[in-house]
Amino acid sequence: MVDEVTRKTLSNIPLLKIKAGPRDKELWVERLKEEYQTLIKYVSANKAADNDWFRLESNKEGTKWFGKCWVIHELLKYEFDVEFDIAVTYPMTAPEIALPGLDGKTAKMYRGGKICLSDHFKPLWARNVPKFGIGHAMALGLGPWLAVEIPDLIAKGVISYKEKVAE
Amino acid sequence: MSAQKNVVVREKIDKMSSEVVDTNPYSRLMALKRMGIVDNYENIRNYTVAVVGVGGVGSVTAEMLTRCGIGRLILFDYDKVELANMNRLFFQPHQSGLSKVEAAAETLKHINPDVDIMTYNMNITTVDNFELFTKILTTSNLSNGPVDLVLSCVDNFEARFAINSACNEFNLSWFESGVSENAVSGHIQFIIPGETACFACAPPLIVASNIDEKTLKRDGVCAASLPTTMGIIAGFLVQNTLKHLLQFGQVTNYLGYSALTDFFPTMSLKPNPSCDDNQCRLRQKEYAAKPKPEVAVEAKEEDQPFHEDNEWGISLVDESVEVKDNKINVAEGVTLAYTVPKQESVEECEEATSSNKEISLDELMAQMKQI
Ligand SMILES: [Zn+2]
Repeated sequence: MVDEVTRKTLSNIPLLKIKAGPRDKELWVERLKEEYQTLIKYVSANKAADNDWFRLESNKEGTKWFGKCWVIHELLKYEFDVEFDIAVTYPMTAPEIALPGLDGKTAKMYRGGKICLSDHFKPLWARNVPKFGIGHAMALGLGPWLAVEIPDLIAKGVISYKEKVAE
Repeated sequence: MSAQKNVVVREKIDKMSSEVVDTNPYSRLMALKRMGIVDNYENIRNYTVAVVGVGGVGSVTAEMLTRCGIGRLILFDYDKVELANMNRLFFQPHQSGLSKVEAAAETLKHINPDVDIMTYNMNITTVDNFELFTKILTTSNLSNGPVDLVLSCVDNFEARFAINSACNEFNLSWFESGVSENAVSGHIQFIIPGETACFACAPPLIVASNIDEKTLKRDGVCAASLPTTMGIIAGFLVQNTLKHLLQFGQVTNYLGYSALTDFFPTMSLKPNPSCDDNQCRLRQKEYAAKPKPEVAVEAKEEDQPFHEDNEWGISLVDESVEVKDNKINVAEGVTLAYTVPKQESVEECEEATSSNKEISLDELMAQMKQI
Protein backbone atom coordinates (compact mmCIF):
# COMPACT_ATOMS: atom_id res chain seq x y z
CA MET A 1 0.00 0.00 0.00
CA VAL A 2 1.34 3.38 -0.86
CA ASP A 3 0.46 5.66 2.00
CA GLU A 4 1.23 9.36 2.27
CA VAL A 5 4.57 8.77 3.98
CA THR A 6 5.69 6.39 1.27
CA ARG A 7 4.48 8.73 -1.41
CA LYS A 8 6.56 11.47 0.12
CA THR A 9 9.55 9.14 0.35
CA LEU A 10 9.12 8.19 -3.28
CA SER A 11 9.10 11.79 -4.36
CA ASN A 12 12.69 12.09 -3.17
CA ILE A 13 13.93 9.19 -5.24
CA PRO A 14 14.43 9.83 -8.93
CA LEU A 15 13.07 7.20 -11.30
CA LEU A 16 15.42 5.23 -13.50
CA LYS A 17 15.12 4.83 -17.26
CA ILE A 18 17.49 2.20 -18.50
CA LYS A 19 16.16 -1.30 -18.54
CA ALA A 20 19.33 -3.33 -18.25
CA GLY A 21 20.56 -6.08 -15.99
CA PRO A 22 24.03 -7.25 -15.04
CA ARG A 23 24.25 -9.50 -18.09
CA ASP A 24 23.83 -6.53 -20.40
CA LYS A 25 27.47 -5.43 -20.27
CA GLU A 26 27.68 -1.78 -21.47
CA LEU A 27 24.06 -0.92 -20.89
CA TRP A 28 24.40 -2.23 -17.35
CA VAL A 29 27.14 0.31 -16.70
CA GLU A 30 24.69 3.04 -17.72
CA ARG A 31 22.01 1.59 -15.49
CA LEU A 32 24.53 1.39 -12.67
CA LYS A 33 25.30 5.08 -13.09
CA GLU A 34 21.59 5.79 -12.78
CA GLU A 35 21.47 3.65 -9.67
CA TYR A 36 24.31 5.60 -8.10
CA GLN A 37 22.86 8.96 -9.09
CA THR A 38 19.54 7.96 -7.62
CA LEU A 39 21.10 6.73 -4.41
CA ILE A 40 23.24 9.86 -4.05
CA LYS A 41 20.13 12.03 -4.38
CA TYR A 42 18.12 9.90 -2.03
CA VAL A 43 20.78 9.65 0.67
CA SER A 44 21.50 13.37 0.39
CA ALA A 45 17.81 14.16 0.74
CA ASN A 46 17.61 11.90 3.78
CA LYS A 47 20.54 13.67 5.31
CA ALA A 48 19.09 17.08 4.61
CA ALA A 49 15.81 16.02 6.21
CA ASP A 50 17.65 14.69 9.25
CA ASN A 51 16.47 11.22 8.34
CA ASP A 52 19.71 9.60 7.35
CA TRP A 53 19.37 5.83 7.73
CA PHE A 54 21.65 3.90 5.40
CA ARG A 55 24.82 3.83 3.36
CA LEU A 56 25.51 1.48 0.48
CA GLU A 57 28.38 0.71 -1.83
CA SER A 58 29.03 -1.97 -4.39
CA ASN A 59 31.79 -3.95 -6.04
CA LYS A 60 32.99 -2.41 -9.27
CA GLU A 61 30.67 -4.59 -11.37
CA GLY A 62 27.72 -3.36 -9.33
CA THR A 63 26.59 -6.92 -8.66
CA LYS A 64 27.31 -7.09 -4.93
CA TRP A 65 26.09 -4.37 -2.61
CA PHE A 66 26.90 -3.90 1.04
CA GLY A 67 26.72 -1.24 3.68
CA LYS A 68 25.01 -0.26 6.89
CA CYS A 69 21.56 0.75 7.93
CA TRP A 70 20.46 1.99 11.28
CA VAL A 71 17.41 2.70 13.37
CA ILE A 72 17.15 5.26 16.14
CA HIS A 73 14.96 3.84 18.86
CA GLU A 74 14.42 5.77 22.08
CA LEU A 75 17.43 7.91 21.29
CA LEU A 76 19.72 4.93 20.82
CA LYS A 77 21.20 3.98 17.49
CA TYR A 78 20.99 0.36 16.40
CA GLU A 79 23.14 -0.40 13.39
CA PHE A 80 23.04 -3.41 11.05
CA ASP A 81 25.06 -4.69 8.14
CA VAL A 82 23.05 -4.84 4.96
CA GLU A 83 23.96 -6.77 1.82
CA PHE A 84 22.46 -8.15 -1.35
CA ASP A 85 23.42 -9.49 -4.75
CA ILE A 86 22.02 -8.17 -7.97
CA ALA A 87 20.40 -11.21 -9.60
CA VAL A 88 20.61 -11.82 -13.34
CA THR A 89 16.91 -11.04 -13.49
CA TYR A 90 17.31 -7.52 -12.07
CA PRO A 91 15.61 -5.08 -12.62
CA MET A 92 12.69 -7.33 -13.58
CA THR A 93 12.86 -8.70 -10.05
CA ALA A 94 13.63 -6.58 -7.00
CA PRO A 95 16.87 -7.06 -5.06
CA GLU A 96 16.58 -9.41 -2.11
CA ILE A 97 17.89 -7.30 0.72
CA ALA A 98 19.49 -9.17 3.61
CA LEU A 99 20.52 -8.27 7.14
CA PRO A 100 22.81 -11.23 7.85
CA GLY A 101 23.32 -10.19 11.46
CA LEU A 102 19.66 -10.84 12.21
CA ASP A 103 19.49 -14.21 10.45
CA GLY A 104 17.70 -16.69 12.65
CA LYS A 105 16.53 -14.00 15.08
CA THR A 106 13.18 -13.29 13.52
CA ALA A 107 10.59 -15.27 11.60
CA LYS A 108 10.15 -12.29 9.28
CA MET A 109 13.15 -13.41 7.31
CA TYR A 110 14.01 -16.01 4.75
CA ARG A 111 17.25 -17.99 4.80
CA GLY A 112 20.41 -15.97 4.87
CA GLY A 113 18.73 -13.04 6.60
CA LYS A 114 16.73 -11.93 3.58
CA ILE A 115 13.93 -9.72 4.75
CA CYS A 116 10.35 -10.81 4.26
CA LEU A 117 8.61 -8.16 2.19
CA SER A 118 4.98 -7.17 2.35
CA ASP A 119 2.49 -8.54 -0.14
CA HIS A 120 2.37 -5.09 -1.64
CA PHE A 121 6.02 -4.71 -2.44
CA LYS A 122 6.34 -7.16 -5.32
CA PRO A 123 3.28 -5.97 -7.25
CA LEU A 124 4.42 -2.39 -6.78
CA TRP A 125 7.88 -3.28 -8.06
CA ALA A 126 6.50 -5.25 -11.01
CA ARG A 127 4.39 -2.28 -12.06
CA ASN A 128 7.35 0.01 -12.01
CA VAL A 129 9.96 -1.97 -13.92
CA PRO A 130 12.44 -0.55 -14.91
CA LYS A 131 11.80 2.74 -13.11
CA PHE A 132 12.43 1.44 -9.64
CA GLY A 133 15.98 0.86 -8.56
CA ILE A 134 17.98 0.04 -5.48
CA GLY A 135 16.94 3.25 -3.75
CA HIS A 136 13.29 2.28 -4.15
CA ALA A 137 13.96 -1.19 -2.79
CA MET A 138 15.59 0.37 0.25
CA ALA A 139 12.81 2.91 0.77
CA LEU A 140 9.86 0.63 0.14
CA GLY A 141 11.32 -2.68 1.28
CA LEU A 142 13.93 -2.28 3.95
CA GLY A 143 12.71 1.00 5.45
CA PRO A 144 9.24 -0.20 6.46
CA TRP A 145 10.65 -3.56 7.55
CA LEU A 146 13.08 -1.90 9.95
CA ALA A 147 10.41 0.43 11.26
CA VAL A 148 8.19 -2.47 12.25
CA GLU A 149 10.61 -5.24 13.13
CA ILE A 150 13.41 -3.50 15.00
CA PRO A 151 11.31 -1.98 17.80
CA ASP A 152 9.65 -5.37 18.13
CA LEU A 153 12.98 -7.20 18.34
CA ILE A 154 14.22 -4.69 20.89
CA ALA A 155 11.07 -5.11 22.97
CA LYS A 156 11.48 -8.86 22.88
CA GLY A 157 15.09 -8.52 23.97
CA VAL A 158 16.32 -10.25 20.83
CA ILE A 159 18.61 -7.35 20.04
CA SER A 160 20.14 -5.00 22.55
CA TYR A 161 21.99 -1.73 22.34
CA LYS A 162 25.75 -1.95 22.06
CA GLU A 163 27.88 1.00 23.11
CA LYS A 164 30.39 1.89 20.49
CA VAL A 165 33.83 1.14 21.86
CA ALA A 166 35.65 3.57 19.65
CA GLU A 167 34.23 6.15 17.31
CA MET B 1 28.40 -45.64 12.59
CA SER B 2 26.71 -48.33 14.57
CA ALA B 3 26.32 -51.72 12.98
CA GLN B 4 22.92 -52.12 11.41
CA LYS B 5 20.95 -55.27 11.05
CA ASN B 6 19.92 -56.39 7.60
CA VAL B 7 21.90 -53.91 5.61
CA VAL B 8 20.65 -54.47 2.12
CA VAL B 9 22.55 -52.74 -0.59
CA ARG B 10 20.75 -52.42 -3.85
CA GLU B 11 23.19 -53.30 -6.61
CA LYS B 12 23.26 -51.61 -9.99
CA ILE B 13 21.11 -53.20 -12.67
CA ASP B 14 22.26 -53.12 -16.28
CA LYS B 15 18.98 -53.54 -18.07
CA MET B 16 15.47 -52.92 -16.81
CA SER B 17 13.66 -56.22 -16.67
CA SER B 18 9.95 -56.82 -16.41
CA GLU B 19 10.42 -60.11 -14.65
CA VAL B 20 8.14 -60.19 -11.62
CA VAL B 21 10.37 -61.39 -8.82
CA ASP B 22 10.71 -59.74 -5.44
CA THR B 23 14.32 -58.79 -6.12
CA ASN B 24 13.51 -56.71 -9.21
CA PRO B 25 12.98 -53.06 -8.27
CA TYR B 26 11.61 -52.29 -11.72
CA SER B 27 9.02 -55.04 -12.09
CA ARG B 28 6.02 -52.90 -11.11
CA LEU B 29 7.15 -50.03 -13.33
CA MET B 30 7.70 -52.32 -16.29
CA ALA B 31 4.23 -53.70 -15.64
CA LEU B 32 2.94 -50.37 -16.96
CA LYS B 33 4.20 -51.53 -20.31
CA ARG B 34 2.55 -54.93 -20.04
CA MET B 35 -0.70 -53.22 -19.19
CA GLY B 36 -0.43 -50.93 -22.18
CA ILE B 37 -0.22 -47.69 -20.19
CA VAL B 38 3.26 -46.84 -21.37
CA ASP B 39 4.85 -48.28 -24.54
CA ASN B 40 8.41 -47.68 -23.72
CA TYR B 41 8.99 -47.54 -20.01
CA GLU B 42 12.68 -48.46 -20.17
CA ASN B 43 13.31 -45.30 -22.23
CA ILE B 44 13.22 -43.46 -18.93
CA ARG B 45 16.86 -44.40 -18.58
CA ASN B 46 17.74 -42.23 -21.56
CA TYR B 47 16.44 -39.05 -20.00
CA THR B 48 18.08 -36.33 -17.96
CA VAL B 49 16.05 -34.11 -15.69
CA ALA B 50 17.37 -31.08 -13.80
CA VAL B 51 15.70 -30.32 -10.47
CA VAL B 52 16.30 -26.75 -9.36
CA GLY B 53 15.63 -26.34 -5.65
CA VAL B 54 15.80 -29.40 -3.43
CA GLY B 55 13.43 -28.28 -0.69
CA GLY B 56 9.99 -29.56 0.26
CA VAL B 57 8.87 -30.10 -3.33
CA GLY B 58 12.23 -30.68 -5.06
CA SER B 59 13.50 -33.37 -2.72
CA VAL B 60 10.34 -35.45 -3.07
CA THR B 61 10.41 -34.86 -6.82
CA ALA B 62 13.98 -36.12 -6.95
CA GLU B 63 13.11 -39.18 -4.90
CA MET B 64 10.17 -40.06 -7.16
CA LEU B 65 12.28 -39.71 -10.29
CA THR B 66 15.01 -41.81 -8.70
CA ARG B 67 12.59 -44.58 -7.81
CA CYS B 68 11.22 -44.43 -11.35
CA GLY B 69 14.72 -45.05 -12.66
CA ILE B 70 15.40 -41.77 -14.48
CA GLY B 71 18.70 -41.83 -16.40
CA ARG B 72 20.35 -38.77 -14.93
CA LEU B 73 19.26 -36.35 -12.27
CA ILE B 74 20.93 -32.96 -11.84
CA LEU B 75 20.29 -31.24 -8.53
CA PHE B 76 20.75 -27.54 -7.78
CA ASP B 77 20.37 -25.84 -4.40
CA TYR B 78 22.51 -23.67 -2.16
CA ASP B 79 20.81 -24.28 1.11
CA LYS B 80 21.66 -26.56 4.00
CA VAL B 81 19.40 -29.08 5.70
CA GLU B 82 18.01 -27.65 8.95
CA LEU B 83 15.86 -29.03 11.72
CA ALA B 84 13.29 -26.44 10.68
CA ASN B 85 12.82 -28.49 7.47
CA MET B 86 11.66 -31.60 9.33
CA ASN B 87 7.96 -30.87 8.85
CA ARG B 88 8.60 -31.75 5.21
CA LEU B 89 9.32 -35.10 3.62
CA PHE B 90 12.61 -36.69 2.61
CA PHE B 91 15.40 -35.18 4.74
CA GLN B 92 16.21 -36.61 8.15
CA PRO B 93 17.42 -34.94 11.34
CA HIS B 94 20.88 -36.52 11.15
CA GLN B 95 21.44 -34.72 7.85
CA SER B 96 21.22 -31.27 9.45
CA GLY B 97 24.08 -29.08 8.43
CA LEU B 98 24.78 -30.93 5.19
CA SER B 99 24.14 -29.18 1.92
CA LYS B 100 20.75 -30.21 0.57
CA VAL B 101 22.16 -31.46 -2.71
CA GLU B 102 24.82 -33.54 -1.00
CA ALA B 103 22.41 -35.02 1.54
CA ALA B 104 19.87 -35.75 -1.19
CA ALA B 105 22.42 -37.40 -3.47
CA GLU B 106 23.53 -39.69 -0.68
CA THR B 107 20.00 -40.91 0.03
CA LEU B 108 19.07 -41.17 -3.64
CA LYS B 109 22.13 -43.20 -4.62
CA HIS B 110 21.19 -45.61 -1.89
CA ILE B 111 17.66 -45.95 -3.16
CA ASN B 112 18.66 -46.47 -6.78
CA PRO B 113 22.31 -46.63 -7.79
CA ASP B 114 21.36 -46.84 -11.47
CA VAL B 115 20.51 -43.16 -11.53
CA ASP B 116 23.41 -40.92 -12.39
CA ILE B 117 23.21 -38.02 -9.95
CA MET B 118 25.03 -34.73 -10.40
CA THR B 119 24.91 -32.06 -7.71
CA TYR B 120 25.56 -28.33 -7.75
CA ASN B 121 25.60 -26.46 -4.49
CA MET B 122 25.05 -22.97 -5.85
CA ASN B 123 22.69 -20.03 -6.12
CA ILE B 124 21.70 -19.85 -9.78
CA THR B 125 20.62 -16.21 -9.74
CA THR B 126 24.00 -14.52 -9.38
CA VAL B 127 25.76 -13.33 -12.51
CA ASP B 128 28.68 -15.76 -12.33
CA ASN B 129 26.62 -18.76 -11.35
CA PHE B 130 23.97 -18.13 -13.97
CA GLU B 131 26.52 -18.62 -16.75
CA LEU B 132 27.54 -21.93 -15.22
CA PHE B 133 23.91 -22.87 -14.69
CA THR B 134 23.05 -22.40 -18.36
CA LYS B 135 26.19 -24.26 -19.38
CA ILE B 136 25.19 -27.23 -17.22
CA LEU B 137 21.63 -27.21 -18.55
CA THR B 138 22.78 -27.18 -22.14
CA THR B 139 25.55 -29.79 -21.93
CA SER B 140 24.61 -32.34 -19.31
CA ASN B 141 22.35 -34.95 -20.81
CA LEU B 142 23.66 -38.48 -21.27
CA SER B 143 25.22 -37.52 -24.59
CA ASN B 144 26.42 -34.09 -23.42
CA GLY B 145 23.54 -32.23 -25.02
CA PRO B 146 20.80 -30.16 -23.36
CA VAL B 147 18.82 -31.71 -20.50
CA ASP B 148 15.46 -33.15 -21.47
CA LEU B 149 13.49 -31.24 -18.89
CA VAL B 150 14.01 -28.68 -16.15
CA LEU B 151 11.86 -28.80 -13.03
CA SER B 152 11.64 -25.62 -11.02
CA CYS B 153 11.08 -26.43 -7.36
CA VAL B 154 12.41 -23.15 -6.00
CA ASP B 155 10.68 -21.05 -3.39
CA ASN B 156 11.25 -17.56 -4.70
CA PHE B 157 10.35 -15.28 -7.55
CA GLU B 158 13.93 -14.37 -8.49
CA ALA B 159 15.01 -17.97 -9.02
CA ARG B 160 11.87 -18.70 -11.07
CA PHE B 161 12.63 -15.72 -13.23
CA ALA B 162 16.23 -16.85 -13.66
CA ILE B 163 15.10 -20.34 -14.73
CA ASN B 164 12.60 -18.74 -17.07
CA SER B 165 15.20 -16.62 -18.81
CA ALA B 166 17.64 -19.54 -19.09
CA CYS B 167 14.96 -21.78 -20.59
CA ASN B 168 13.73 -19.11 -22.99
CA GLU B 169 17.26 -18.37 -24.11
CA PHE B 170 18.24 -22.00 -24.67
CA ASN B 171 14.82 -23.27 -25.69
CA LEU B 172 14.42 -25.78 -22.87
CA SER B 173 11.06 -27.11 -21.78
CA TRP B 174 10.40 -26.81 -18.09
CA PHE B 175 7.85 -27.13 -15.37
CA GLU B 176 7.29 -24.36 -12.90
CA SER B 177 5.89 -25.51 -9.56
CA GLY B 178 4.97 -23.74 -6.39
CA VAL B 179 3.22 -23.91 -3.08
CA SER B 180 1.69 -20.75 -1.65
CA GLU B 181 3.16 -19.17 1.45
CA ASN B 182 0.04 -20.08 3.40
CA ALA B 183 0.67 -23.73 2.47
CA VAL B 184 -2.88 -24.42 1.31
CA SER B 185 -2.59 -24.05 -2.43
CA GLY B 186 -0.14 -24.86 -5.15
CA HIS B 187 0.30 -25.34 -8.87
CA ILE B 188 2.40 -26.74 -11.66
CA GLN B 189 2.81 -25.14 -15.07
CA PHE B 190 4.37 -26.65 -18.18
CA ILE B 191 6.35 -24.13 -20.17
CA ILE B 192 7.51 -24.85 -23.71
CA PRO B 193 9.26 -21.66 -24.86
CA GLY B 194 7.29 -19.96 -27.61
CA GLU B 195 4.44 -22.43 -27.41
CA THR B 196 2.93 -21.93 -23.96
CA ALA B 197 3.00 -18.87 -21.72
CA CYS B 198 6.35 -18.33 -20.01
CA PHE B 199 6.79 -17.18 -16.43
CA ALA B 200 7.31 -13.58 -17.58
CA CYS B 201 4.29 -13.54 -19.95
CA ALA B 202 1.95 -12.46 -17.16
CA PRO B 203 1.98 -11.72 -13.46
CA PRO B 204 2.10 -14.89 -11.36
CA LEU B 205 -1.15 -16.80 -11.05
CA ILE B 206 -2.78 -17.45 -7.73
CA VAL B 207 -5.03 -20.37 -6.98
CA ALA B 208 -7.87 -19.12 -4.85
CA SER B 209 -7.49 -20.60 -1.42
CA ASN B 210 -10.91 -19.38 -0.31
CA ILE B 211 -9.38 -17.63 2.63
CA ASP B 212 -10.53 -14.11 3.27
CA GLU B 213 -7.40 -12.03 2.76
CA LYS B 214 -8.40 -9.89 5.69
CA THR B 215 -8.39 -12.79 8.10
CA LEU B 216 -5.07 -14.12 6.87
CA LYS B 217 -2.54 -13.20 9.52
CA ARG B 218 0.99 -12.72 8.38
CA ASP B 219 2.33 -11.19 11.56
CA GLY B 220 5.51 -12.76 12.72
CA VAL B 221 6.01 -15.24 9.91
CA CYS B 222 6.96 -15.26 6.27
CA ALA B 223 5.71 -18.62 5.21
CA ALA B 224 4.00 -21.73 6.46
CA SER B 225 4.48 -25.19 4.96
CA LEU B 226 2.79 -28.55 5.00
CA PRO B 227 4.31 -31.86 3.87
CA THR B 228 0.93 -32.79 2.40
CA THR B 229 0.63 -29.86 -0.01
CA MET B 230 4.28 -30.18 -1.01
CA GLY B 231 3.96 -33.92 -1.55
CA ILE B 232 0.86 -33.43 -3.70
CA ILE B 233 2.54 -30.81 -5.84
CA ALA B 234 5.65 -32.99 -6.22
CA GLY B 235 3.36 -35.85 -7.25
CA PHE B 236 1.66 -33.72 -9.89
CA LEU B 237 5.00 -32.51 -11.12
CA VAL B 238 6.56 -35.94 -11.54
CA GLN B 239 3.37 -37.45 -12.94
CA ASN B 240 3.35 -34.86 -15.70
CA THR B 241 7.10 -35.26 -16.16
CA LEU B 242 6.62 -38.98 -16.77
CA LYS B 243 3.74 -38.33 -19.15
CA HIS B 244 5.81 -35.83 -21.08
CA LEU B 245 8.98 -37.91 -21.28
CA LEU B 246 7.36 -41.28 -21.90
CA GLN B 247 4.56 -39.87 -24.03
CA PHE B 248 1.47 -41.25 -22.42
CA GLY B 249 -1.73 -39.51 -21.37
CA GLN B 250 -2.02 -35.73 -21.53
CA VAL B 251 0.35 -33.25 -20.05
CA THR B 252 -1.50 -30.49 -18.26
CA ASN B 253 -0.36 -26.99 -19.10
CA TYR B 254 -1.50 -25.45 -15.83
CA LEU B 255 -2.79 -27.44 -12.89
CA GLY B 256 -3.76 -25.74 -9.65
CA TYR B 257 -4.59 -27.18 -6.28
CA SER B 258 -6.65 -25.61 -3.55
CA ALA B 259 -6.30 -27.66 -0.37
CA LEU B 260 -9.20 -26.18 1.59
CA THR B 261 -11.76 -27.01 -1.06
CA ASP B 262 -10.04 -29.89 -2.89
CA PHE B 263 -10.39 -27.91 -6.07
CA PHE B 264 -8.06 -28.55 -9.03
CA PRO B 265 -8.37 -25.94 -11.78
CA THR B 266 -6.65 -26.72 -15.08
CA MET B 267 -6.14 -24.57 -18.15
CA SER B 268 -3.90 -23.78 -21.09
CA LEU B 269 -2.03 -20.51 -21.34
CA LYS B 270 -0.82 -19.02 -24.59
CA PRO B 271 2.26 -16.85 -24.62
CA ASN B 272 1.98 -13.08 -24.47
CA PRO B 273 3.07 -11.53 -27.81
CA SER B 274 4.43 -8.55 -25.92
CA CYS B 275 6.16 -10.55 -23.19
CA ASP B 276 8.91 -8.59 -21.46
CA ASP B 277 11.41 -11.33 -22.15
CA ASN B 278 12.71 -10.81 -25.68
CA GLN B 279 13.90 -14.41 -25.88
CA CYS B 280 10.31 -15.48 -25.24
CA ARG B 281 9.14 -13.32 -28.14
CA LEU B 282 11.85 -14.82 -30.33
CA ARG B 283 10.76 -18.36 -29.42
CA GLN B 284 7.17 -17.35 -30.21
CA LYS B 285 8.20 -16.24 -33.69
CA GLU B 286 10.06 -19.50 -34.26
CA TYR B 287 7.07 -21.47 -33.06
CA ALA B 288 4.69 -19.50 -35.29
CA ALA B 289 6.90 -20.25 -38.30
CA LYS B 290 7.00 -23.95 -37.56
CA PRO B 291 4.57 -26.11 -39.53
CA LYS B 292 1.93 -27.42 -37.18
CA PRO B 293 0.73 -31.01 -37.28
CA GLU B 294 -2.53 -31.33 -39.22
CA VAL B 295 -4.25 -33.19 -36.44
CA ALA B 296 -7.17 -31.14 -35.20
CA VAL B 297 -6.63 -30.47 -31.58
CA GLU B 298 -9.73 -30.52 -29.48
CA ALA B 299 -10.66 -26.91 -28.96
CA LYS B 300 -10.16 -25.91 -25.41
CA GLU B 301 -12.50 -23.27 -24.18
CA GLU B 302 -10.21 -22.26 -21.39
CA ASP B 303 -7.40 -21.17 -23.69
CA GLN B 304 -6.42 -17.83 -22.32
CA PRO B 305 -4.16 -15.62 -24.36
CA PHE B 306 -2.49 -12.90 -22.39
CA HIS B 307 -3.45 -10.05 -24.67
CA GLU B 308 -1.07 -7.32 -25.41
CA ASP B 309 -3.91 -4.87 -25.19
CA ASN B 310 -3.94 -5.55 -21.50
CA GLU B 311 -7.62 -4.89 -20.94
CA TRP B 312 -7.11 -5.03 -17.21
CA GLY B 313 -4.26 -2.55 -17.49
CA ILE B 314 -4.17 -0.12 -14.69
CA SER B 315 -1.58 2.48 -15.23
CA LEU B 316 -0.65 3.79 -11.87
CA VAL B 317 2.45 3.66 -9.83
CA ASP B 318 0.29 3.55 -6.77
CA GLU B 319 -1.36 0.26 -6.07
CA SER B 320 -3.58 1.45 -3.24
CA VAL B 321 -5.80 2.99 -5.87
CA GLU B 322 -7.09 -0.34 -7.03
CA VAL B 323 -7.37 -2.31 -3.85
CA LYS B 324 -10.53 -4.11 -4.68
CA ASP B 325 -11.82 -7.60 -4.59
CA ASN B 326 -12.61 -8.18 -8.25
CA LYS B 327 -9.26 -9.63 -9.15
CA ILE B 328 -8.50 -10.63 -12.70
CA ASN B 329 -9.91 -14.07 -13.21
CA VAL B 330 -7.89 -16.18 -15.58
CA ALA B 331 -9.98 -19.28 -15.00
CA GLU B 332 -12.38 -20.33 -12.32
CA GLY B 333 -10.47 -20.21 -9.08
CA VAL B 334 -7.31 -18.79 -10.63
CA THR B 335 -6.43 -15.10 -10.56
CA LEU B 336 -3.46 -12.95 -11.45
CA ALA B 337 -1.40 -12.02 -8.41
CA TYR B 338 -1.41 -8.41 -9.55
CA THR B 339 -1.77 -6.30 -12.64
CA VAL B 340 0.94 -4.56 -14.57
CA PRO B 341 0.35 -1.34 -16.47
CA LYS B 342 1.26 -0.79 -20.08
CA GLN B 343 4.68 0.64 -20.69
CA GLU B 344 3.82 4.26 -20.06
CA SER B 345 2.63 4.51 -16.52
CA VAL B 346 2.10 7.67 -14.56
CA GLU B 347 5.36 9.19 -13.58
CA GLU B 348 4.62 11.14 -10.53
CA CYS B 349 8.19 11.11 -9.32
CA GLU B 350 11.14 13.09 -10.44
CA GLU B 351 12.92 11.87 -13.54
CA ALA B 352 16.36 10.41 -13.21
CA THR B 353 19.10 12.81 -14.15
CA SER B 354 19.04 13.45 -17.85
CA SER B 355 22.25 12.36 -19.48
CA ASN B 356 24.96 10.71 -17.52
CA LYS B 357 27.51 10.26 -20.24
CA GLU B 358 29.80 12.92 -18.87
CA ILE B 359 30.24 11.39 -15.47
CA SER B 360 32.04 8.12 -14.87
CA LEU B 361 30.93 5.30 -12.66
CA ASP B 362 34.08 5.64 -10.57
CA GLU B 363 33.30 9.28 -9.88
CA LEU B 364 29.78 8.40 -8.83
CA MET B 365 31.04 5.62 -6.56
CA ALA B 366 33.45 8.07 -4.96
CA GLN B 367 30.68 10.66 -4.54
CA MET B 368 28.50 8.08 -2.84
CA LYS B 369 31.23 7.27 -0.35
CA GLN B 370 31.71 10.90 0.50
CA ILE B 371 28.18 11.65 1.56
ZN1 LIG C 1 6.94 -14.91 -22.13
